[in-house]
Amino acid sequence: MLNNVGRPTRPEGGSDDISASETFTGNKALNLETPLIFEQSVKGRVGVDLAEPKKVKNRLGGLERQGEVGLPDLSEPQVLRHYVRLSRQNYSIDAGFYPLGSCTMKHNPRINEKAARMKGLGDIHPMQPVSTVQGALALIDDLAHWLKTITGMPAVAMSPAAGAHGELCGVMAIRAAHDAKGESRTRILVPESAHGTNPATAALCGYKVQSVPARKDGRMDLEAFEAALGPDVAGVMLTNPNTCGLFENDIKKIADLIHGVGGYFYCDGANLNAILGRTRPGDLGVDAMHINLHKTFSTPHGGGGPGSGPVVLSDALAPFAPVPYVVKRAEGYTLHEQVDGDAKASFGRMKTFHGQMGMFIRALSYMLSHGSDGLRQIAEDAVLNANYIRVGLNDLLHSPFDGVCMHEALFDDSTLKDTGVTTLDLAKAMIDEGYHPMTMYFPLVVHGAMLIEPTESETKETLDLFIGSMRYLIEKAQKDNDPDFFAQAPKYSPRRRLDETAAARSPVLRYQKETAA
Amino acid sequence: MSIKYTKDHEWVIVEGDIATVGISVYAQDQLGDVVFVEVPEVGRSLDKADELAVVESVKAASEVYAPLSGEVVEVNEELEDTPSLVNDDAQGAGWFAKIKLTDASELEELMDEDAYKEFTEGLA
Amino acid sequence: MRYMPHTAAERAEMLDKIGVDSVDDLFVDIPADARMNGLLDLPTHASEMVVDKKMQAYGLKNLSPAEAPTFLGAGAYRHHVPSVVDHLIQRSEFLTAYTPYQPEISQGTLQALFEFQSQVALITGMDVANASMYDGATACAEAVLMACRATRRKKAILSGNLHPHYREVTETTVQFTEFNVASNDTAVEGSEDLTANLDKDIACVVVQNPDFFGRMQDLSDLADKCHEVGALLVVVVTEIVSLGLVKSPGEMGADIVVGEGQSIGVALSYGGPYVGLFATKQKYVRQMPGRLCGETVDQDGKRGFVLTLSTREQHIRREKATSNICTNAGLCSLAFSIHMSLLGENGFRQLAEINHGEAVTAADKIDAIDGMSVVNDSFFNEFTVKLPIAAEKAVEMLADKGILGGVPVARLIPGNPAMDNLLLITVTETNTDDEVDQLVAALKEIANA
Repeated sequence: MLNNVGRPTRPEGGSDDISASETFTGNKALNLETPLIFEQSVKGRVGVDLAEPKKVKNRLGGLERQGEVGLPDLSEPQVLRHYVRLSRQNYSIDAGFYPLGSCTMKHNPRINEKAARMKGLGDIHPMQPVSTVQGALALIDDLAHWLKTITGMPAVAMSPAAGAHGELCGVMAIRAAHDAKGESRTRILVPESAHGTNPATAALCGYKVQSVPARKDGRMDLEAFEAALGPDVAGVMLTNPNTCGLFENDIKKIADLIHGVGGYFYCDGANLNAILGRTRPGDLGVDAMHINLHKTFSTPHGGGGPGSGPVVLSDALAPFAPVPYVVKRAEGYTLHEQVDGDAKASFGRMKTFHGQMGMFIRALSYMLSHGSDGLRQIAEDAVLNANYIRVGLNDLLHSPFDGVCMHEALFDDSTLKDTGVTTLDLAKAMIDEGYHPMTMYFPLVVHGAMLIEPTESETKETLDLFIGSMRYLIEKAQKDNDPDFFAQAPKYSPRRRLDETAAARSPVLRYQKETAA
Repeated sequence: MSIKYTKDHEWVIVEGDIATVGISVYAQDQLGDVVFVEVPEVGRSLDKADELAVVESVKAASEVYAPLSGEVVEVNEELEDTPSLVNDDAQGAGWFAKIKLTDASELEELMDEDAYKEFTEGLA
Repeated sequence: MRYMPHTAAERAEMLDKIGVDSVDDLFVDIPADARMNGLLDLPTHASEMVVDKKMQAYGLKNLSPAEAPTFLGAGAYRHHVPSVVDHLIQRSEFLTAYTPYQPEISQGTLQALFEFQSQVALITGMDVANASMYDGATACAEAVLMACRATRRKKAILSGNLHPHYREVTETTVQFTEFNVASNDTAVEGSEDLTANLDKDIACVVVQNPDFFGRMQDLSDLADKCHEVGALLVVVVTEIVSLGLVKSPGEMGADIVVGEGQSIGVALSYGGPYVGLFATKQKYVRQMPGRLCGETVDQDGKRGFVLTLSTREQHIRREKATSNICTNAGLCSLAFSIHMSLLGENGFRQLAEINHGEAVTAADKIDAIDGMSVVNDSFFNEFTVKLPIAAEKAVEMLADKGILGGVPVARLIPGNPAMDNLLLITVTETNTDDEVDQLVAALKEIANA
């Protein structure tokens, strides 16, 4: 029953001298606090100037609200200052190195933001007659062409809203394809190193998830995979490059084996950045793969979204793709919006409208900027940078798997054994050094995992300084015998370690007037 | 009767035909701070190894399985407001449920205190 | 290439440090017969100036609502977004941050989420709201899944006047689960009976207010009838501005409220990204999908915020998670929250009053046209007009005059002749009197043709 991942979730000890030196305001120079908007409200203030409503006899069917909602009242400069202050409590890729493994935190070009706000792009309504949005449909079709070419796949479903939504699209297509053949299959094979979204998605499609162990070299165990195959297996969900930052070098055999039992190959494309222009999933036997436009193609993460997760599909799965989709005809572009005609086998609709257009615009702008040569350079530099970090640290930190890595370098915490310092402590000390920490404790197959993804955006100087900082801290952990230095980190961030246990035991999930401090 | 354990770290104490079930001190230590326990409804019939409860820490959720077959006759309602009882007194006030046994012979398959101690030491 | 810093010399130096001869040696794990040696069959890189022009060219081929009187709704609404909103969401620290997994350096995102959750809970009249879903339709599907889990029942009833895309997304999402949904027939005249099949097997009833045709209805009785048999009432709101003026779903007895938040702060952007709202009662909080932000304290006792109750989510619970959602609509929820902060109590109500006033005024003018009639007697800012000709034809005629005149119902409900002449018309604070008069004049021409 135990699946503990070994992270303390409550801060230990109290203040030390650094934070004890409080100011009257609680601010520390440029470190500015801001209360909740609710606590700044003064009744009667307003942040917008609106016209007088027309006096009409209301037609609300007797449903007019009587009481107040309870929203706070603030002026425009108050609102501006509040959010500016909040923003300054965030780390961001614009401000510093963000080597969060499996997340591809790369540079977000501003021309993409400009394009997303252009007249005729950012302001058009999804239900305009198609004759008035020919440019928008052309843009979606052109982006689809780039995605199909990059992946070597014949079709793409554009509407999924994010990676996990794309997975749902791909696995639903697999389920629909089996159903269309009258086959009732029950199992999906997922390697144990997979993202949590993979098993969650398979379960939503009515499949039982069977975990396949990893081999000593960090790849999926081919023998175990083969042994798990059978006529009741619907497919396999494999991340490639995988979550250990390694290319699954048996991938073509895996594809052949799954096809051999009549199953389909779902590839989690979260790590597509590593292989752009170097290999195409279509040449590897993939049947479906989602593409995180918010990772590989730089649409900004926005503090947790929005994303966009188009799914490329093989000929076998393409007929089951969701509606709506763009159709190019001699007389112009149209939208196929219903499950009928050419789309009669479609498994349905996934989103209110046609997909994350704002992200499509940004991603296409990014692709046009890079071109075929730039895309290949992305993969090469991303992989180069990850390997540079790998060799810069692997005499001090232990790499659980030998050989070159792809776009991210993975280490375990064996170096920290007996130091009293955990992976979490080390990561929090990185915060004080001005970094966003690497991904920790993922993948689950490696003890105390540290997954470092530098991306192609970073300079050699940045990488050298990062390697130097990591070396300094690891050596300090090993030599100083002062685990408290790490346990007290971070010391210089807007907040120090937070009590996650208290937050979960008695959840406070909204502002409450009576309990406010 | 003395305490018995499963390999999944549940403990059982049987008095008459009623078994009190919880998770071991070792288990709560591995889980860390328990923040929530989902207990079963009273009256539910369980086969041995059925899911009895879910215990959650901040970063993990673990199923707790019925160590013995029977019907749930009482649950520890205090855990709803005070899940920390599982950390503070795992094998006492932090009990999860009482089960009316249907097959007392299942007890024989469980470990006694010494065997469990040896088992957990082997896990380190 | 301006985005990648390495010089050839630096690349050589780094390869040397790694101990390989060429970058190809780093790609040796790719099967030899699947390696690409040449370039992809796509154009090569382009300067910012060239890309700027290309992107503008796409926009120029569309009819922008900035240049056309626009009366479109059907789940996406054109509202004025204050300049402050777009400025703030473009701040690097909001725009280019990841999901707030490291709370010590993500308090900006986290506090904003906490405020967002509080605002959504207040306007929907519920206890708690999550940190957002992809959009209204996916939130609706998640609500059905959640109701089935919470009640341990397997069937949901969908109103026939639910937005057709919401119904389709919900049907699509649940089709391979153990749950199923039954949809009522569309009832333009508003005579739907949602209680006919309501019994102890039903997990929830899903109803939209205002409904797809714009009609308002008091759901209190329906809520009582649901609760009598232990079912949940799920209320969908596609035009969230309506809640400035209308009784909240919570006040009418809803158990789950889902909605589309686009109207507040989020650009139309041809359908996405938008922001799905999801709120419920406290007792169902552990059944909720998606991220939740909660209040706590840090090591020094200072108030701070963290993502919490994560054991519901896929990264911990894997196949037993309440949803597979990971990335949500973070930045759009921030835009929503900023716009809502600017509006405040009075602004929110006044914005809703303006919308309603404009819509009532326009509806009266259109209803007075010979051969046309407004179908519904109650509405907020969107209403259904019965035309003498097919609505799909009418919108093309209007578009030819440079007017985006409404959404033909048949585009969303095809194959039903009763829908063919129905046009959904939305009027918001963005429409001037002159624009309404242009629309009325053009509709008169259509009526007389």
